Amino acid sequence: MPEPIDLEYDVAADDYQTAGEASSNLKETLKILGISSSVCRRAAVITYEAEMNLVIHGGGGRIIANIDEDKVEIMTVDRGPGIPNVELAIMEGYTTASDHAREMGFGAGMGLPNIKRNADIFEIETEVGVGTTLRAVIKL
Amino acid sequence: MILDKIARLTDAKILCGETRLTRIDSPRAYACDLMSDVLALCSPGALLITGLTNIQIVRTAQMLDIPAVLFVRGKTPMQDTISLADESEITLIVSGMSMFQVCGILYAEGIKPCLLADAGA
Repeated sequence: MPEPIDLEYDVAADDYQTAGEASSNLKETLKILGISSSVCRRAAVITYEAEMNLVIHGGGGRIIANIDEDKVEIMTVDRGPGIPNVELAIMEGYTTASDHAREMGFGAGMGLPNIKRNADIFEIETEVGVGTTLRAVIKL
Repeated sequence: MILDKIARLTDAKILCGETRLTRIDSPRAYACDLMSDVLALCSPGALLITGLTNIQIVRTAQMLDIPAVLFVRGKTPMQDTISLADESEITLIVSGMSMFQVCGILYAEGIKPCLLADAGA
């Protein structure tokens, strides 16, 4: 890969119709770059779960992806309510999703665990009332 | 199992991707209405069986390279969902049977469950 690639996407709150477009676009970009289908899927799951978190919990936000020859790095930034207990939030099955999100098939309490499982590096910085920044890295 | 046979066994109607019916071969299936469970546990190439019909089912299939989705209980998605699936080369079929019936028939005919170790692999 000659030059690192930076991608940024704005994600709207509570918009379940367009949610997933950013993740889909990122996955297509990775495929075009010739990145292995396994890494494409892992990056897509990370981005999609993080994107849905922005839609459902974060009040919208931004996805920032950096791709270079060593890694795919995905960050999400929101100014939402923050996560009061991160340890609890990354436990499988724990959820605070709304009824509407559940009706759409989300809120299984697997979002953050899925991100963590697919990432080589997984970090969350969060402050209640300020927002959340998530960083996930896949090493190539 | 070839999707054409899956459609015949479950008496399913084709919503989009008819030309791909004989080209899709799914040895495994995952049945679920929780998309994060699908993202955690569904193997690439598997058939997704679900009772949900919103557009996020197609998005989930896109992320995991799921080639086909079978909707149960005769529920048909809206046109925007069908259009996105068609653009993404994901075949959609709908059966009037319940999820239990569909799973029972396909399991008895030899389709295997997805394994956790396969997810993301």
